[in-house]
Amino acid sequence: MKKGYFGTFGGAFIPEILHETFRRLTEAYESARKDPDFWREYLDVMENYSGRPTPLTHAENLSAHFGRKIYIKREDLNQTGAHKANNVMGQGLLVRRMGKKRVIAETGAGQHGVATATMAARMGFECVIYMGAKDVERQRPNVFWMQQLGATVVAVTSGSCTLKDAINEAMRDWVGSMDDTHYVLGTACGAHPFPEMVSWFQSIIGMEARQQILKQAGCLPNRVYACVGGGSNAMGIFQGFMDDPQVELVGVEAGGEGIATGRHASRLASEDGRVGVAHGYRTLFLQDDDGQMRETHSVAAGLDYVGVSPILAHLHTTGRVRFAAADNREVVAALKTLMRHEGLIGALESTHAVARAFAEMPHMQEGSVVIINLSGRGDKDIFTIADALDDPGWREFILEKARQYQNR
Amino acid sequence: MMNATSKSLLQDRVRACPDPIQVMSHLVLGYPSLEENRLVMDHMVAAGVHIIELQIPFSEPIADGPIIARANQESLRQGFRVEDGLNFIAESCRRYPIPILIMTYANILMARGTEAFIQRAAGMGVRGLIVPDLPLEEAGGAMEWCQSYGRGGLDWIRLFTPTSPDSRLQTLGREACGLVYCVARRGVTGQRTEFDPTLMEFLNRCRAATHAPLALGFGVRSRADVQSLAGKVEIAVVGTAAIEIHLTQGAEAVGRFFAGLK
Repeated sequence: MKKGYFGTFGGAFIPEILHETFRRLTEAYESARKDPDFWREYLDVMENYSGRPTPLTHAENLSAHFGRKIYIKREDLNQTGAHKANNVMGQGLLVRRMGKKRVIAETGAGQHGVATATMAARMGFECVIYMGAKDVERQRPNVFWMQQLGATVVAVTSGSCTLKDAINEAMRDWVGSMDDTHYVLGTACGAHPFPEMVSWFQSIIGMEARQQILKQAGCLPNRVYACVGGGSNAMGIFQGFMDDPQVELVGVEAGGEGIATGRHASRLASEDGRVGVAHGYRTLFLQDDDGQMRETHSVAAGLDYVGVSPILAHLHTTGRVRFAAADNREVVAALKTLMRHEGLIGALESTHAVARAFAEMPHMQEGSVVIINLSGRGDKDIFTIADALDDPGWREFILEKARQYQNR
Repeated sequence: MMNATSKSLLQDRVRACPDPIQVMSHLVLGYPSLEENRLVMDHMVAAGVHIIELQIPFSEPIADGPIIARANQESLRQGFRVEDGLNFIAESCRRYPIPILIMTYANILMARGTEAFIQRAAGMGVRGLIVPDLPLEEAGGAMEWCQSYGRGGLDWIRLFTPTSPDSRLQTLGREACGLVYCVARRGVTGQRTEFDPTLMEFLNRCRAATHAPLALGFGVRSRADVQSLAGKVEIAVVGTAAIEIHLTQGAEAVGRFFAGLK
């Protein structure tokens, strides 16, 4: 098979000006991958900076509620509150090896942006984050933190003003700045070697989860659930069980306002995804007959994206991973249940996996063992969740706060 | 003499032109409208433009700077459809006595089937295809279809960039036909380019790497820019500057602008 391809998906559809940059990046990545010292250094950083290994929590109350053994992989406990740290710290170490001084990144929910900003602060890189203007609006707390961490946040006003446009803008920066700049792509998408490289850094989730479930439950899980935006947290945990055919892997995409409404971000779980090339790679995209990318919809900014990891597109084709969707309402309801039963505040993105797992629990054999990857925590979503729950106390607080600012 | 010609109509045409420097202009289809595109093209051709590059809008134009990216977006917002664009291009090939090239992104071809797209473009008389996100490694099929359907009428245009080492330029340049599009600098379209010794040194590297004519684009904005390229490349590509003039001063001003470049 051609390098960088997973079945017919993947590849490197990059402008000629970046050819040499990608050649060098691939070389640096491949040499790091062969070097046991690199992985040791990576594990050391993840242990002492990001708090790994993250726990696998037996959700006892939910288990009692559903009559199935539910375990939750706690990626929400990483530095910056999401699995994004695994990827950015790995790429940060690689940037050091390549001797570059500046990093740029796209961000949707802001989690990858915040993670990149912390990495840049710690490793001493200049940092610019591109974020769709719509996402800047709905994820203001993360914008605030990126700026406090010393990053420049650029609100992208082109296209649909969301994640895909942030990727385009970061690419436009990179084609001019590649000599001293690395583009820290946030997910297992984009041109080779990004899908493979990001999945490698995220594989730490699955390695830990496999050992933990064997120790705690004494067996492999029957199913593993993970939400899928670009697909990096799913790739991370799935890799721990890829070679265990008895473990069913379920990727959960954003159902938005419902698959039937067309207002969603389900590339694989719906019938709407079509093979195409954009953002440097070939995968299933949500696009129209002309090949123009469509607008996507989700309550979770981090899942609101037109493409999906070429590796997952391939695993969808082979049938190794099953894909399903959870819609906005199911997600908000599941989040309430998760908070009340287990005291866990999941990110809206991650809660898609939780919602789908809840919906499928009654159809599983009693006593089945399930792992849900809680890829991030929900603190950042306080404005969105408060709106979804229509919380009167919160509304009063915001109004009062606004009055205070106005009177200044 | 048949044996003096290459296997490319575009290349023969460029070689046969006596002008010291030729000009290639660029338009984004449907921006501000296909009617306006037609008007501007009339003025361009009357002003002596040698080649016109028509860009089919795409929602993810990663190689383009803010002005052309916005033009892509605006055209799509107004409901541009690729079918209308192709009909417009076919008509342009009949209407104007100069070569017409298509510039677009890979997904626009893929959505119709890359082979079907190329077959149609060849049938319409399009002389070249520029697809910046389909690099050599991914363009094998497209290049073959250009040859088999175009038979010398339709060239797959390759790109040289300043970041390419000589070995890469050689690989790209060896079998280049029609013309090679040289990207003047790092960055996207529309930004400023310094017409300095570094650029001239890059153009020397380009010249050494191919027998095909050279076109230089990205940041060519003025008569001085164009004139400084005479003897260095066969063709100067003027894109963003013309869009700006069209927007601020109208279609006739674009004609005057191109007439003034000579």
